[in-house]
Amino acid sequence: MTTWLRQHAREAIAALALVVLFASYIAIHPRGFSTYVVTIWSNQGALLGLAAIAQFFVVLVRGVDLSVGSIVALANVVASFLLNGSPASIALGMVAVLMVGVACGLVNGIAVVYGRVQPIVTTLATGGIFGGIALLLRPTPGGSIDETMSDALTYAVAAVPVSAVILVVILVILLVLLRRTAIGLGLYAVGSSQQSAYMTGLRVNRLKLVAYGSSGFIAALAGIYVSMVTLTGDPNIAPSYTLNSIAAVVLGGIALSGGVGSPVGAVIGALILKTISSLMFFSGLPPLAQPFFEGLILATAIALGALGVFRVRSRLELYR
Amino acid sequence: MTDAAARTASPRKSLRWLNRDNVSVLLIALGCVALLLGGSLLYPGFLKPGYILQQLQIAAFLGIIATGAMLVILLGEIDLSVPWTITGTAIVVISASGSSNPIVASLAIPLGLCFGMAVGLLNAIGVAVFRVPAMVWTLAVNAMLLGAAVFYTGNSRPNGEVPWLATQTATGRTFGTPNAFLIWLVVAVISIWVLKRTAYGNYLYALGNSRRAVFLAGARLRLITVVTFVLAGMFSSFGAILLLGYTNQAYQGMGDPYLMPVISAVVIGGTSIQGGQGNYIGTFVGAIFITLLSSILSVMQMPPAAREMIFGTIILIVLLVHGLTNKNQDI
Amino acid sequence: MADRYVELKSVSKSYGGVPALTMVDFRCEPGRVHAILGENGAGKSTLMKLLAGVIQPDAGTIAIGGQTVRFSSPREAAEQGIMCMFQELSLMPHLSVGDNIVLAAPRTRMGLMERGVYREAREALDLVGAKSIPLGARVSGLSLSERQLVEIAKAVFRKPKLLILDEATSALTSELVETVFGVLRMLKEQGVAILFISHRMHEVDAIADSISVFRNGKHIETFDAGARTTDEIVGLMIGRSLEELFPPRRAPVPDTVPIVLNVSNVSWGSQLIDVSLSARAGEIVGLGGLDAQGQQQIMHAVFGVLRGVTGTITLNGKGLNGLKPPRVKQSDIGLALVPEDRKTEGLIPSMSVAQNLRLAVLGRAPFGLLDLNGNNEARLQDLIERLALTYGSLDDPVATLSGGNQQKVVLAKWLVLSPKCLLLMDPTRGIDLPTKAQIYRLLAELAAEGMAVILQSTDYEELIHLCDRVYVFYRGSVAKELKGDHLSADALIAASMNVRLHVEART
Repeated sequence: MTTWLRQHAREAIAALALVVLFASYIAIHPRGFSTYVVTIWSNQGALLGLAAIAQFFVVLVRGVDLSVGSIVALANVVASFLLNGSPASIALGMVAVLMVGVACGLVNGIAVVYGRVQPIVTTLATGGIFGGIALLLRPTPGGSIDETMSDALTYAVAAVPVSAVILVVILVILLVLLRRTAIGLGLYAVGSSQQSAYMTGLRVNRLKLVAYGSSGFIAALAGIYVSMVTLTGDPNIAPSYTLNSIAAVVLGGIALSGGVGSPVGAVIGALILKTISSLMFFSGLPPLAQPFFEGLILATAIALGALGVFRVRSRLELYR
Repeated sequence: MTDAAARTASPRKSLRWLNRDNVSVLLIALGCVALLLGGSLLYPGFLKPGYILQQLQIAAFLGIIATGAMLVILLGEIDLSVPWTITGTAIVVISASGSSNPIVASLAIPLGLCFGMAVGLLNAIGVAVFRVPAMVWTLAVNAMLLGAAVFYTGNSRPNGEVPWLATQTATGRTFGTPNAFLIWLVVAVISIWVLKRTAYGNYLYALGNSRRAVFLAGARLRLITVVTFVLAGMFSSFGAILLLGYTNQAYQGMGDPYLMPVISAVVIGGTSIQGGQGNYIGTFVGAIFITLLSSILSVMQMPPAAREMIFGTIILIVLLVHGLTNKNQDI
Repeated sequence: MADRYVELKSVSKSYGGVPALTMVDFRCEPGRVHAILGENGAGKSTLMKLLAGVIQPDAGTIAIGGQTVRFSSPREAAEQGIMCMFQELSLMPHLSVGDNIVLAAPRTRMGLMERGVYREAREALDLVGAKSIPLGARVSGLSLSERQLVEIAKAVFRKPKLLILDEATSALTSELVETVFGVLRMLKEQGVAILFISHRMHEVDAIADSISVFRNGKHIETFDAGARTTDEIVGLMIGRSLEELFPPRRAPVPDTVPIVLNVSNVSWGSQLIDVSLSARAGEIVGLGGLDAQGQQQIMHAVFGVLRGVTGTITLNGKGLNGLKPPRVKQSDIGLALVPEDRKTEGLIPSMSVAQNLRLAVLGRAPFGLLDLNGNNEARLQDLIERLALTYGSLDDPVATLSGGNQQKVVLAKWLVLSPKCLLLMDPTRGIDLPTKAQIYRLLAELAAEGMAVILQSTDYEELIHLCDRVYVFYRGSVAKELKGDHLSADALIAASMNVRLHVEART
């Protein structure tokens, strides 16, 4: 038990912080603890939570994905064309959107693995490309989404928000895949030490492609869910998702140096960020000051994640 | 010493200038010519001196900002706070210049430069002290600057006055040559000298190649990092002031379209995104190439989204070519 | 045919024009332990990497049971039953011990990992004597010796046909080495071929059936264990007598000569414990011991690389505590450090010889803004001649030089600053013998000129024949100081092992 706590200390602290923040949010909210408030909170959290899981996969194998937001936006825009009509065409549309996401992720992965380009620069460039495609497809927000499905996925059943259920189901599946399969463990191995993983006989390149592809898949899920919540396709949502997903991952105890952390941490980090911004909304802060404080909180969160450098006792380890 | 050795150097010396840096510069210069010729097919005015001089003037804004970006990239880092450093500087300068206090008004331009240096210092603290990856940290700083600008201006167009000096520098001409371009030439000469001839420049290249080796050679790594980011912030602000003089107004998001072109200019100029390799002439020609390309794209009435895609694709292709030709990165 | 398990025929491999192996013929048979001996840079590691599929030969063939094979990755070699334990451990630090072991050969049922494989991993660990290491422990929390055991268990778990151990037991106590040897003998009985690389002669004596000596990338000779004396083997490894390699012994430095570097009661975390040592002007002081016993850390501590060092370090009476490298290299202090890894720490391989030579001297110009060419250029030119640096052009990348010449560049980079105390970390690793001899002569000359030289080395001959005194490190502290007649190979080995003095006690 103590070993478990030590190994998951960052996640435990983050979860504790989340509980405190959520309690104060409920306390400050004019409508208090109600299905309505919790559902809105959960829907918002699920959006960023999915984006954070997408970011997690890339960070796990020592990358940072600056195109996550653009993939979410592109998936959202594509969804706004396809998620309408008969159930069969909606289902096909879903598959198409998810494939778009996987394709985007694989483009990143191929450039990183076979083109040997640094992940952050690759995704900076591809982010421009994906975002550009989204803007070309839909220069201004619009489109339509099947409302029955949207209602089914964004409301609550028996006072439990559907979004929360979906998120929990996804997390459980991912945890099993990551911890109990050779590929999942392989992803951690590659992130922990690429050299050692190669020496152990793991297919490092293939595993990295899996990580980037999964990231694209989850980002597309996030895009679909954005469509469910907003009922439109909006090409301009990319920047906020990118930066927030990085901050969420850092807050959730996932090391930017790879190999450490879990999707649960990513989601906790995302919920913390969402709760903070909701808190700000009700705290009487002037609305115009909110973007600045959101930026400040993001920067602080990222800097906090880096505090480990002050524990490094050999300066040589700082310069790799 | 170097000269003495060069005299006794191997017979390959005659081909030595054909290194990666020079080949990149040559290719990109040829690209500029191709763009001009291709553009002249679309629009005959492309080969007129007036058009070319105007492009050089616009390239100067991009080139000065790219100077800072190149220093940071040589260091092996990257600065993504360029967009809102530009916008922020424009807002600071225009408000200060429009101030009723004459002292503040006269100090508008220095204040703008100080703003850029302060942003650079903030970037440097995150990168050098907290060791956050520069990409992530400067992105967060960019978000903070955006927030601060929204708060300060009330999310409307900032009021004030564009300083006379800024307008003169950006749009004036001396002997028919745009002042902005002349200033860029001065910046270029100084940059080349600093990069080649000073200890700072040499350490910058060395750091981009191997932090560990430079640290163990007893260099002041933090100082070099801080100086580089502060210089980069200053160059962004310098470019922003010229832009302000050129467009004669400041507006939210005026810096946003500059991030990709700036990085593209540096990268296609042959500077390695990994740091430690590249020369200023490449960035110089790269900035001209990107400016010509933008000009052609706008003549062809490409929407901004398509331009963003094209710049993204250019960066990716250049990086892929470098990545695939670089053999010594195997596991 | 069947008894020739693995065979190399006229295999050659070079790195950037520098040959690492030339025309090597070598074979190893099932059910035998083959020891491979050779100096650093003799080509042992290259041989291992070829067999393990990490690198591919430039020429020649590798055959298994008479069939030519070509491995493009460690994975393909492992599929043929070739398992390798490298010096640089191949464990994933953030993963648990159990995951590290089973990932080597995962077995799954319906996509999920079988629980049974973890039981087998446990058995493999128990077998190699690692009963106390829990499967759930993270590798990053283990000590070096525990990691080596996990590494061995990982190889055993995969049921190898050819097992390669490259300095695999360097951090183990003799009891644990005996347990591991038991496992090796058992595998041998089962028909596994074992390649065993070690610096420790007595371990080779204890386990090897046959011995192959490598020198300068060539396979010199193979003979049955016991066929030759230790002295003969050393002669084969070096290829010349020790007298030719080392400069003549210098007269001992009298106690009246002032102390230059004084380190007293220095501790740093758990890696340095109450270390005291000193060096007088004109002395060459050796730091020896097994790998990673604190020798490297004390060098880093003196040079200001480490944070949170306690105790006092002085150079000519000036306190060095809290000072960082940019400060300690200034002429009023005068420290210089030749780091351990030439390629990543000593040099910037892609930059030119000239730029590398100036790397340390640059920082001295005011604000670094003034022109580079100063008085130091003439001194650099002198040093290039004194060191007999061989190069094409000073503008060539330093990576194009041979290992020996690269090390000369590192030395020249520091000597141009005229340091008072020179710290060297294993400076002759992977360097050809003529250059080694040159570097030894240079160090002797520098000492004669009054410099205090601290030489950390993994090469016992170097410590014995070049140093005035040797401090032997064991688990972060100085186990013994050897000098004069007491400075012998046997004494060094005994002090390095320090078996009876420290009881195995880890929390």
